Amino acid sequence: MKTPLLQNPAVVKIVAPLIVGALLLTIWQVLCIAWKVPIYLVPKPTDIIATLWTDGPGLLRALGVTLKITFLAFFVAAVLGVIAAFLFVQSKLIESSLFPYAILLQVTPVVAIAPLIIIWVKNPTVALVVCATLVALFPIISNTVLGLRSVNPGLLNLFRLNGATRWQTLVRLRIPSALPYFFGGLRISSGLALIGAVVAEFVAGTGGTGAGLAYEILQAGFQINIPRLFAALVLISITGILLFSLMAWLAKISLSHWHESEMS
Amino acid sequence: MLMKYSEVEPDESTGHLAPDTDTVLFANRVEKTYGNGTRALDEVRLRIQRGDFVSLLGPSGCGKSTLLKMYAGLESPSHGHLRWLGTDAPAKSGLKIAMVFQEATLMPWANVATNVRLPLDLAGVPRAEADARVAKALEPVGLAAFGKAYPRELSGGMQMRASIARALVTEPDVLLMDEPFGALDEFTRNKLDADLRSLWAERLQKLTVVFVTHSIYEAVYLSSRVVMMAARPGRIVADVAIPESVRDDEFRLSDGFAHHCRDLSARLLSASGGDVGH
Repeated sequence: MKTPLLQNPAVVKIVAPLIVGALLLTIWQVLCIAWKVPIYLVPKPTDIIATLWTDGPGLLRALGVTLKITFLAFFVAAVLGVIAAFLFVQSKLIESSLFPYAILLQVTPVVAIAPLIIIWVKNPTVALVVCATLVALFPIISNTVLGLRSVNPGLLNLFRLNGATRWQTLVRLRIPSALPYFFGGLRISSGLALIGAVVAEFVAGTGGTGAGLAYEILQAGFQINIPRLFAALVLISITGILLFSLMAWLAKISLSHWHESEMS
Repeated sequence: MLMKYSEVEPDESTGHLAPDTDTVLFANRVEKTYGNGTRALDEVRLRIQRGDFVSLLGPSGCGKSTLLKMYAGLESPSHGHLRWLGTDAPAKSGLKIAMVFQEATLMPWANVATNVRLPLDLAGVPRAEADARVAKALEPVGLAAFGKAYPRELSGGMQMRASIARALVTEPDVLLMDEPFGALDEFTRNKLDADLRSLWAERLQKLTVVFVTHSIYEAVYLSSRVVMMAARPGRIVADVAIPESVRDDEFRLSDGFAHHCRDLSARLLSASGGDVGH
């Protein structure tokens, strides 16, 4: 028997949000026209699309700069986060002494410390990467620590009973157990790295490195070029969604054969 | 016909160790008190001979699992001492000890063959030899065709079989089992009990099994010897031999079986003053 197209879960998953999006954009467009909203307050979706088309190359170049910082920060955060997590689970003493400072990293707003970092670090790209890394680091540490600790106690006993070394227990038991949590951390941090990169660019401002998407937004704001501002926003959002999907896909291909969270 | 095991001779020595090739596991006046003051075990003395199939039978809270974990070397007593072939550590005795837990405790990310191979991998057995031994271990538990399956694809009973194969793959001298079939339905449990009994019978005089259960029927069906424990504090209240050598479906229906079960129930009742634990 043929199932109706709209009852196919795969179709629903893609089509339903698209319909909602199209509906919202249409309402936006109609309201802008009906109320004659000036373009420098709220541009119509068609204006934004037109700007994306005309200003596309410039904005994409800016996006490239922001993406470079995002990926560098995400990579550094993943590496440092995993190293920190492994350190933390080695002994209660290490965790107790260092974990409060990891929390300190998390709760200090990056806008507040970015000016300092930009002053201290000469190379502007490095300064921005440091800021974005600080934002993206904590979820990876805390999730990986949680994962490394949430080992089935029965399996731990089994390993002990069979005389497993610390190393064998780590590689064969703790790391596989931690993977689903680690991927959860990656998913959160990928978005945070992007946010961190944009926020840091904002703080660095027009006098800093320039050229990133945040710089474009600031410039467009100064010039009251609101369609360009929206176009830059659209690019940032799409990038965030793509990053998140990439992480979700990575988790799926690594875990789908065994972990409940990734089974279809 | 009942046979009471004779009281073991007192062994008060704590320092002097004499090699003892027949007493595989020995617990001497073992006590376990937890931080909150719970006395899980009180002056437990239990000598287990090579080739025995001993069931530790009792209500929850009687310390039977604690005692089993001590024999595994996973827990230490608060007082008293344990001996493995007369030595004071499992490693020194050269005994190969395997354990089956209440749950199958398989690694969900690895297939059945990899799970069963784990003890060999940890011991550094070469891959080709290990694979051959895994195949040999999967055969008697009926999982020969399921080596590539993942644990989640198996039923509870099949997962438990995989867990038993993993325990047997090292050809252990001692097999410790902690209520392994408690979560299974009665039919699956009876079948696994029968299979376990014949696995043990094939290695007669070589494989020592210590089996924790709270089912009187399971204990009588499986064991050559039933050690009955009571709770608060955990202690041994009876030590009964089950001499019948043939264990089949007929045995479950026989008068002898019913007699053993009645006898053990009565002993448990009188030991716990009518309060059979909660």
